[in-house]
Amino acid sequence: MPNLEHPAYPAADLLQLESLVPCRESQVSMLLSIFGERQQFSFPSIFIYGHTSSGKTYVMQTLLTTLQLPHVFVNCVEYFTSRLLLEEILTQLQSCSPGTEQTSPVHCDTLNDFVRLFKQALASQELQDQTLYIVLDRAEQLREMEANILPAFLRLQELTDRNVTVVLLSEIVWELFRPNTGCFEPFTMYFPDYSIGHLQKILSQNHPPEYSADFYAAYINILLGVFYMVCRDLKELRHLAVLNFAKYCEPVVRGEANERDTRKLWKNIEPHLKKAMQTVYLREISSSQWERLQHDGGEPGQLKGLSAHTHVELPYYSKFLLIAAYLASYNPVRTDKRFFLKHHGKIRKTNFMKKHEKTSNHLLGPKPFPLDRLLAILYSIVDNRVAPTANIFSQITSLVTLQLLSMVGQSDQLDGPRYKCTVSLDFIRAIAR
Amino acid sequence: MSKRKSKENSEESAECISQVQKIFRERFCHNCAAGKLFGMKQQYSHLLELLKRTTVHGESNSALIIGPRGSGKSALLNHVLKDLREMNQVRENLLEVHLNGNCQFLMKNPFLSGLLQTNDKVALKEITRQLQLENVVGDKVFGSFAENLAFLLEALRRGNRTSSCPILFVLDEFDLFVHHKNQTLLYNLFDISQSAQTPVTVIGLTCRQDILELLEKRVKSRFSHRQIYLMNSFDFKEYLKIFKKQLSLPAEFPDEAFAQKWNNNVQHLSEDKAVQDVLQNLFQHTKDLRSLHLLLMLAVSTVTVHHPLLTAADLQEASRQRSSDSRANIVHGLSVLEICLIIAMKHLNEVYDGEPFNFQMVYNEFQKFIQRKAHSMYNFEKPVVMKAFEHLLQLELVQPLERPSVRAQREYLLLKLLLDSRQIMDALQVYPNCPTDVKQWAASSLSWL
Repeated sequence: MPNLEHPAYPAADLLQLESLVPCRESQVSMLLSIFGERQQFSFPSIFIYGHTSSGKTYVMQTLLTTLQLPHVFVNCVEYFTSRLLLEEILTQLQSCSPGTEQTSPVHCDTLNDFVRLFKQALASQELQDQTLYIVLDRAEQLREMEANILPAFLRLQELTDRNVTVVLLSEIVWELFRPNTGCFEPFTMYFPDYSIGHLQKILSQNHPPEYSADFYAAYINILLGVFYMVCRDLKELRHLAVLNFAKYCEPVVRGEANERDTRKLWKNIEPHLKKAMQTVYLREISSSQWERLQHDGGEPGQLKGLSAHTHVELPYYSKFLLIAAYLASYNPVRTDKRFFLKHHGKIRKTNFMKKHEKTSNHLLGPKPFPLDRLLAILYSIVDNRVAPTANIFSQITSLVTLQLLSMVGQSDQLDGPRYKCTVSLDFIRAIAR
Repeated sequence: MSKRKSKENSEESAECISQVQKIFRERFCHNCAAGKLFGMKQQYSHLLELLKRTTVHGESNSALIIGPRGSGKSALLNHVLKDLREMNQVRENLLEVHLNGNCQFLMKNPFLSGLLQTNDKVALKEITRQLQLENVVGDKVFGSFAENLAFLLEALRRGNRTSSCPILFVLDEFDLFVHHKNQTLLYNLFDISQSAQTPVTVIGLTCRQDILELLEKRVKSRFSHRQIYLMNSFDFKEYLKIFKKQLSLPAEFPDEAFAQKWNNNVQHLSEDKAVQDVLQNLFQHTKDLRSLHLLLMLAVSTVTVHHPLLTAADLQEASRQRSSDSRANIVHGLSVLEICLIIAMKHLNEVYDGEPFNFQMVYNEFQKFIQRKAHSMYNFEKPVVMKAFEHLLQLELVQPLERPSVRAQREYLLLKLLLDSRQIMDALQVYPNCPTDVKQWAASSLSWL
């Protein structure tokens, strides 16, 4: 029974639309009731927000193409300056109604020209007063363009005096968009996130035909059980589902278990999914590498992810320099005396230190230190005598180039250069072995 | 027979409902000049008088219409202009030039020198185009900025009072024109209105109350300091009357029986307590009629053949839709790990009195929770937690204090949370399938452990 009904649009189209947008019927029916009939006016601007992959772009595109409403669809990340954006809208407008001749390139420098050219283009199309929809995807990029673009688009119906509605799609809430002196407030609409039931329903839809729907649904259940706590993004989950299904089916293919043996299947797939969370989910390794790994059945530990490549083999003194830099960054100056001298006294805790004990240096990040301190610590941790040759200094510079150290302040400071260590404790531990 | 009759009735109703929708959509969404004005009698007569003096007697004038967003400035002006055109006393046509501050804004073109391109050049081109002066060939306008301005002034100055058309300049978003370089356009326009023979009236519309302070001294002295304020100065009783009037069908509606039914229903609604509560809620939030139109439009869009008359429930639903908290909606869709990170940030804010934090501190707090209290949360690796944190950054629920530079490490970037603790607690109440230990952690910090 069709849920979507509207007098202006044929029932067959609406039925097809409904089959294409599962779990989004209420949003589509709200949009239909706002759009009204083809010639009727609608809100001058509509702002739709919702999480990543909650279906905003997909639903809008499907709705506009299935019902064949005249529309222009532009992604603001692709057309990131105002000129590109305006020219693209005008170009798409030329090919909006069917049966037009070749599109000629449009030049549009200012919003003023855009309003004029828009009115001309609209007159030359045989739209017969139907509402034209301009959909701007990733609308948060509009804030980065000139300050007049966003308010102008919100009022486009008034500025051009034509039947046009601008739809903005974004993940960010409207309060972060509003300009300082206010603007024409659009109608804000929320696309709710999919619940776990919805996710299961949508993911189970694209099961491969060789296996039954129940088998795939059980697999999706297991997948969601592992990943749902971390990520609710439909696209990510779909990607993971496609990648790991072959491994899940392995016991069935090899004949060790049949489709209903859920325990065996679970035991087979569970460590695999946990491994996936550390690698493919984080994009440490690519999906083709992952598939090859599954195919070969090799040890997961053998494969080097992206972050493993940041570990560089360093020469002998560079390692000591880096360790010295880490100590200099994370230990306060007063403890140097205690750690690095042979005969140290006791350190008395003053009131100042008692108050600030809570914020450990590990939480606040590395502190800058002067070059002399680095060399002093270096001399004390290296066993044999180190001569301050140019070799040592050039190694310090190469560490800066590798971005393992970073220079703080200008390079022409009179007191001498100051550095900061930018690597983590795990890295240092790995080097120190 | 009765089936056919009811079918006829419903067919008739479909056409009728479509008409109803058309009327209301034009009234609420299109903002045409045929709309009624409410509470502006004095301002209307003032403005009409001003414009009559320009067109009939040839006086030059300038005025500013000031009022908050949605208070009806453009509507007032359009109304006055429409009435003026219908009056017989207007000898010849009034030349109108409409400029909008948003449009007269020059995009930064990297290939042209900044000295040559000013925003006023765009405005000047538009003026010459709208006045259709001689050097306009088709749509192209020649000449540099200085030539254009000189030509325009010459053409205007050549006329004298008896034989030239009065010109009306309407500057929408007037506060954006004051940001142009040297305020050249404004200076010249006001200058002409003070001194030239051609009768020129400059009307500016703006939402900024302090607009006069933004004008340069020489511009301000040429301005007549005539200001018309639109302050939405009606009270709730008048607001109810406006609601009734806006929702009533006009007398010219083709289906009289239906119009009668509809108007009776509206009368009934305006006396209903629930509807009055909804309107009172809106009125206390914002008085301008634009928000009322949005609410009514939402309610009217639910009118169909099966549901031909509005009910109080429709208005309540529209009001609920309009005023839902957008940040709470976003928090509703986060994963459990991300919620835990937000709760960790909330605790950090409480302990450190709102000082900015970084990812390392949040991760530390999260670890404390995992190690001591959590049974339902698995101890995720640091990169996985980092990815969840970056998702929160992308949604702009957390904002960095300064732009992140390439040199600084991502974990130590200082941030602040854009939610307050009450919003978080409210959002947690409605969060689906929230593990109980997470909820308990949110309610109490772990400092006593």
